[in-house]
Amino acid sequence: MSENHSHKDIEQQVSEQQKEQEVQKSPSGLRIFWREILKDKLALISLIFFVLVSMIVFGISLILDLDEVVKIDPFAIHQPPSDEFLLGTDKGGRDVFGQLIIGTRNSLAIGFLVTLISGAFGIIFGVVSGYFGGHIDNFLMRIVDFFMVLPFIMIIIVFVTIVPRYSVWTFSLIMSAFIWMGIARLIRSKALQERELDYAQASRTLGSSHTSIIFKQVLPNITSLVVVTMTLNLAANIGIESGLSFLGFGLPEDTPSLGTLMSYATNPTTLEERWWIWAPAAALILVLMLAVRNVGEALKRAADARQRRA
Amino acid sequence: MWKFIVRRLLITSPQIIFLSLLVFVLASFMPGDALTGAIGPDVKAERLAELREELGFNDPWYIQYKDWVAGILQGSLGESFQYKMDVEDLIWQRVINTFWLSLVSVIFIYAIGLPLGILSGRYNDTLLDQLITGYTYIGFATPIFIFGLVALWIFGYILGWFPTGGSVDPGVESGSIEYILSKLQHLLLPGLSIALIGTVSTVQYLRSEIIDTKQKDFILTARAKGASERRVYNRHIFRNSILPIAAFFGYEIINLINGTIFIEQIFSYPGMGQLFLDSIVIRDYTVVTALVLLTGIGAIVGALLSDIILSLVDPRIRIK
Repeated sequence: MSENHSHKDIEQQVSEQQKEQEVQKSPSGLRIFWREILKDKLALISLIFFVLVSMIVFGISLILDLDEVVKIDPFAIHQPPSDEFLLGTDKGGRDVFGQLIIGTRNSLAIGFLVTLISGAFGIIFGVVSGYFGGHIDNFLMRIVDFFMVLPFIMIIIVFVTIVPRYSVWTFSLIMSAFIWMGIARLIRSKALQERELDYAQASRTLGSSHTSIIFKQVLPNITSLVVVTMTLNLAANIGIESGLSFLGFGLPEDTPSLGTLMSYATNPTTLEERWWIWAPAAALILVLMLAVRNVGEALKRAADARQRRA
Repeated sequence: MWKFIVRRLLITSPQIIFLSLLVFVLASFMPGDALTGAIGPDVKAERLAELREELGFNDPWYIQYKDWVAGILQGSLGESFQYKMDVEDLIWQRVINTFWLSLVSVIFIYAIGLPLGILSGRYNDTLLDQLITGYTYIGFATPIFIFGLVALWIFGYILGWFPTGGSVDPGVESGSIEYILSKLQHLLLPGLSIALIGTVSTVQYLRSEIIDTKQKDFILTARAKGASERRVYNRHIFRNSILPIAAFFGYEIINLINGTIFIEQIFSYPGMGQLFLDSIVIRDYTVVTALVLLTGIGAIVGALLSDIILSLVDPRIRIK
């Protein structure tokens, strides 16, 4: 660094150096994930597809008028696909294509929301259980066991019908309350291993508090497991949400989901003759779930060094 | 051995108590009570209030809970608001229907899952294995309601191979051969739909078990002793891999319950799942409460059975 440099230049150089250092640190986390996805063509295509669909859906729904889409038009009931209605209309004369866009957007958004809520809760529950072990672990795991055997579809449906002021948020909370156990179990078994490792023991000896060890040391070390599980959960949650909406106990009526479109197929005539109403939604749910799962499986391989593709 | 079973039973009782508490709390949040069905033009509001007092609806919650549990233990699940009949009588026929559907599904699950899993594990990384693995990969990501709908659309409506709803053809005399055949015919497609999705985990599990076992020392020993390939697979590998599958049977009950709710709705099959959804829609809450409680207990007992079977077949679990 010469003294001729202005102050700004120096600052820039320093920050660039820091960047370089960060890059060289170790090929951890994101980088390994990214490398694995690039190597796995199917996962790469899936990721691109998923991002594209999300962008299209969120983009169009910005300009799409929701009220226009859900407006009932008695003169346009059950029309086949045409130039005006790309995928025809439903029993209320509403444009199916518009509903498909908004439904996909809602299904994706709820999928993310539920995955985040249930994930956050499950992770904290699991890491606390595994980190402390012993009686605390025993007690917390009995709670998990209890939730695991509940007939959760039925119980979610009951909650949905009795909860006052039913909305997207309450639905997400109800759903999250009954699906956090899987991730909690996984994280717990990983945390049980982590707490025996030298770094956690050393940190404890040095006087770090439990909270600090859990959140600043154990959690960052199990990030890859968290990312993998959350991705796979996202796929599952899109399925559960659309299933509940299909039965009529998912998202509220003013927020159609992909499952809402599928539910029109409970009408035998619609199922038999008007496939354009439900089949695109069915295909989208399937392909989206598969795409997310492909990405998740690639991440899973990346997180486990033994499974990585050479 | 007994120690383990007793321990496991000790965990089960609080589970059932918590389930009953949860259902009780849910029920108390549901609008209406056992007298809602009795409201009519000739019944005065004051009389209803008196009745409520008499029946103990104004008691503190723990007394109400105690009475509720006592009633259930005596076999009374309450009265349906809608059908004005005892819930036990109302759900009995539905329970039987769901039982048959579940039985057919379970048979298909194993009839499909075991051969596929064995083939896939024995000939791993061949084309056959890749096909089977591809099926499980897609099957794992397919929600059961989409699969059921598409199956109904293709095989029920387009090809017309199967009936599209109900549990038996109307007008067939109960008890006759035609009756049984008709019942079976109505069970095939829904049962297959549940099984083709539900069997995926069995196939995946069996495959990885077999691949794992194949490389164990005792298999090498068996081969070294000159056991035929067939004997090695049938007696040594399969026996060791099949045990955990048998033990997971109890856990299948939870999946079956969740699956039948969707499948019964799609195939308009008059079972418990359909009754549950109908009762929710018409707000017949005593039926809803009873069904949640019963299926919950079923799932808990299923998990209990699984753990006991698992401890019988795998001594390692008993140690702790």
